[in-house]
Amino acid sequence: MSLAVSTAPALVLNELEVFYRVRGRDRHVLRGVSFEIAPGESYGLVGESGCGKSTAALAIVRYLPRNGGVGSGSISVAGRDVLALGERDLREFRARSVSMVYQNPGSALNPSIRVGAQVAEAFTVLGVPGGEATERARAALERVQIADPGSVMSRYPHQLSGGMQQRAVIAMALAKDPALLILDEPTTGLDATVEAEVLDLVSQLQAELSTSVLFISHNLGVISKMCSRVGILYAGRLVEEGPVETVLQDPRHPYTVGLLRCIPRGGVRKDHGRLDTIPGFLPSLGEDAPGCVFASRCALADERCGSEEPPLAAVASGHESRCWYHERAQELPREEVADIDLAPVDRTGEPLIELSKLTKIFKQRGHEVHALTDVNAAIWPGETLGLVGESGSGKTTLARTLLGILEPTVGIASLDGDPLPTRYQKRSQAELRALQIVFQNPDSALNRRHSVRRILLRSLKKLAGLGGRAADQRALELADRVRLTERTLTQKPVQLSGGLKQRVAIARAFAGDPKLVVCDEPTSALDVSVQAAILNLLVELQAEQRVSYLFISHDLGVVRYISDRIAVLYLGRIQELGPADVVFDGPHHPYTEALLSAVPTVDGGGRERIRLEGDIPSAASPPSGCVFHTRCPRKIGAICEETEPPLVEVEPAHDMRCHIPLDELRRLQATVLEPVA
Amino acid sequence: MSTVAAAPARSEASVARRERMQALLRSPSFLIGAAVILFWIVCAILGDRITPFDPRFDQTNDLSQAPSSEHFFGTDHLGRDVFSRVLAGSRDILLIAPAATLIATILGTTLGLVTGYLRGIADDTVSRVIDAVLAIPLILMAVTVVAALGSRSVWTIIIVISIVFTPVIARTVRAAVLGEAGLDYVEAARLRGERSPYVMFSEVLPNVMPPILVEATIRLGYAIFAVATLTFIGFGLQPPSPDWAVQIVDNYQYLSEEWWTVLFPAIAIASLVVAVNLVSDSVQQVLER
Repeated sequence: MSLAVSTAPALVLNELEVFYRVRGRDRHVLRGVSFEIAPGESYGLVGESGCGKSTAALAIVRYLPRNGGVGSGSISVAGRDVLALGERDLREFRARSVSMVYQNPGSALNPSIRVGAQVAEAFTVLGVPGGEATERARAALERVQIADPGSVMSRYPHQLSGGMQQRAVIAMALAKDPALLILDEPTTGLDATVEAEVLDLVSQLQAELSTSVLFISHNLGVISKMCSRVGILYAGRLVEEGPVETVLQDPRHPYTVGLLRCIPRGGVRKDHGRLDTIPGFLPSLGEDAPGCVFASRCALADERCGSEEPPLAAVASGHESRCWYHERAQELPREEVADIDLAPVDRTGEPLIELSKLTKIFKQRGHEVHALTDVNAAIWPGETLGLVGESGSGKTTLARTLLGILEPTVGIASLDGDPLPTRYQKRSQAELRALQIVFQNPDSALNRRHSVRRILLRSLKKLAGLGGRAADQRALELADRVRLTERTLTQKPVQLSGGLKQRVAIARAFAGDPKLVVCDEPTSALDVSVQAAILNLLVELQAEQRVSYLFISHDLGVVRYISDRIAVLYLGRIQELGPADVVFDGPHHPYTEALLSAVPTVDGGGRERIRLEGDIPSAASPPSGCVFHTRCPRKIGAICEETEPPLVEVEPAHDMRCHIPLDELRRLQATVLEPVA
Repeated sequence: MSTVAAAPARSEASVARRERMQALLRSPSFLIGAAVILFWIVCAILGDRITPFDPRFDQTNDLSQAPSSEHFFGTDHLGRDVFSRVLAGSRDILLIAPAATLIATILGTTLGLVTGYLRGIADDTVSRVIDAVLAIPLILMAVTVVAALGSRSVWTIIIVISIVFTPVIARTVRAAVLGEAGLDYVEAARLRGERSPYVMFSEVLPNVMPPILVEATIRLGYAIFAVATLTFIGFGLQPPSPDWAVQIVDNYQYLSEEWWTVLFPAIAIASLVVAVNLVSDSVQQVLER
């Protein structure tokens, strides 16, 4: 235990102002941010990208980029004034008092040093002699529940999975028993099941060591699970602060209210209604407005909000909000979005897309990697098929095989009953037009040297055969359909926000009236408020054009919202396929069950947690029998290891690949499905 | 309406470019380098018109004179004014070096795009040939080309330097293209049925221009050096051209007595190479920031 724990708060920020100097002007990134973290407390800092979360973390360890600086205010960690530290003291402070865990463990570890040596280094810095440091490193890795520390220590970071890497980083961070542990989006790059394990580990360690934690995340579900108090940051201002349950259940700032409404949850589906969005944009970096920072996007704002900045005032004990009208915050009017009419999917006719026996084997240095095994599925016109599974489950391979970027080893995809050539080069222009894609990362999906107009015109030329004035006219219509202004057309992607870029990518995919659009994690690079708007747009387009989607996402709330049917993929095999509600409400495949229980929800509580041990096995040597048996919490015996269960229709329109009969699953799952009251 | 809305957007689009220009103009190394290059370009254009004496004319009464107030850089063993010859000597090198670099850049970019984008057999074949060409020294290449063409001229040097530099540029471009070709916009282009040449030249090329520009300026520096080398060993430029390297060839056997006849043209060559490298460095810093 460090001495300071008993007395001073772990962290005190007092009226902290941080600026970045950009193009000769100081731009405020944090404006008068004050909060305190008590010893042993876990504090969550939430906000969308660009609101200053990470800047706060960097300022605390005095690690701001060269053009950044602290304007005024104070930072103290365990009673020490961080801003007053000299060069030597600062090093000492970083070595002993504060630890940081970043989002990407792959780049936090040195790729050319063995894991053991790196973890031991965290001890040698503290003056522990070499041999003992290695021993302590082994103990530290054991503490973060790494099963075989000896062998892990002799490996290089790239030989570990993301979850293991992050555990090693956490082990290093806890080496010094820090007064403050800063976790900056520590699980954002991880799969849901791995994320759940890492979060469990962090809360367990925190309870054991009573470390104070500053937990930074954009994910309200994660914060709700991990933290006792939360601060909501918007445009560098702390707009609301309080105990997690109070803030999430009884938000008193319109921004918090809006943020909570954007998240698709509680089984909401596209045919039930639209998602709420937060209209407008985050003010640009360092834009100074006289009134409330959120006024320009707030439907409750009046003249006072535009001219006078509200103070962070108490609304209840320990709960503060920076809003003149906090008592009315929850009455924030919803944005008027026209309801849409989604025609029910007609599955009596011929499917639009049929995948039969699709198998993809990659040959890698002599051995075979089975990325897809015997995938059969159909998508009907106007339908969304959601595709879920952990990374490495074959989701993207399936999409790329359908698009003809990859050639299937066995099997064929057909469009409207006609077999599609396996490679896109062999496909006709009509076939290419019918299948389009929206990528995950809008930055790399758009050519950064081309203007939006050029991007759209080229797609119109190739996919719709339009040129000249007709193409110009259509480009305008297309832009209008995805709610882009005419001004956007002349801009280049770098000048657009992530949401606008994704709209351009969607417009491009829709240039030639596609029949099926593959959406490969289209919203996972976006903030929740933007995500809601993009999902709304996709649903609108579906209602207007009866387009089908193959929607890939790791976010189960999003998949449930947009999908009519869902396929759950594990090691390249469909484990479960059925209507969205049936797959989510159960009884479901044990793997689906584990996926669902791994997701932290804003509402807290909910399902009892089922944890999957270990990582997804390598597709190069899949387990015998049922491929899921190595991690399955409901494994029934030898049959699971010996015989692969077939994908059978366990009830109408619901296929599953499991040895356990449906009724048995229903009985088993009923006990845990009841919400914990 | 559309023009009104478009106007501010277009100015925004050029902001980045303008900022880059400003960064260049603030960089002292760029300014010094550019000033020196500009000086030599002006000399090359004006040539005989600004030199105090005719650079080719033999002043038989003033042989081998040391630098003086009349002949700033002295005279050579034929009585020619070294100062005049140095001023006039930039013309050929400033034509040959950029021409060779330009040809090598165009060829190298094309090869790099094709190999980096198409990969497969084309890549393997061309890349091995490139490796082979890279292994041939400049001088050996010069001998080969002269043997093949059967003549020594300005064109010999241009061809030799282009052949030697093309593979280097092709490699740089190929590496940049490999990085770009994996991006989603390239896949999107293929999925709308674009042909490879369109994807290579309209989609990928604009995105790999910065490394190409940097490589070209680096090559230009080497090209100047290479022209001087080749001339020195007797390929290409011949007397009585006032070219710097020709001057050195003409006079280096008298180095111990008439050091000025060699030193000043050598300084001129060095100044141009250093200036080009200064510009190249600052362009690289600005583009790859």
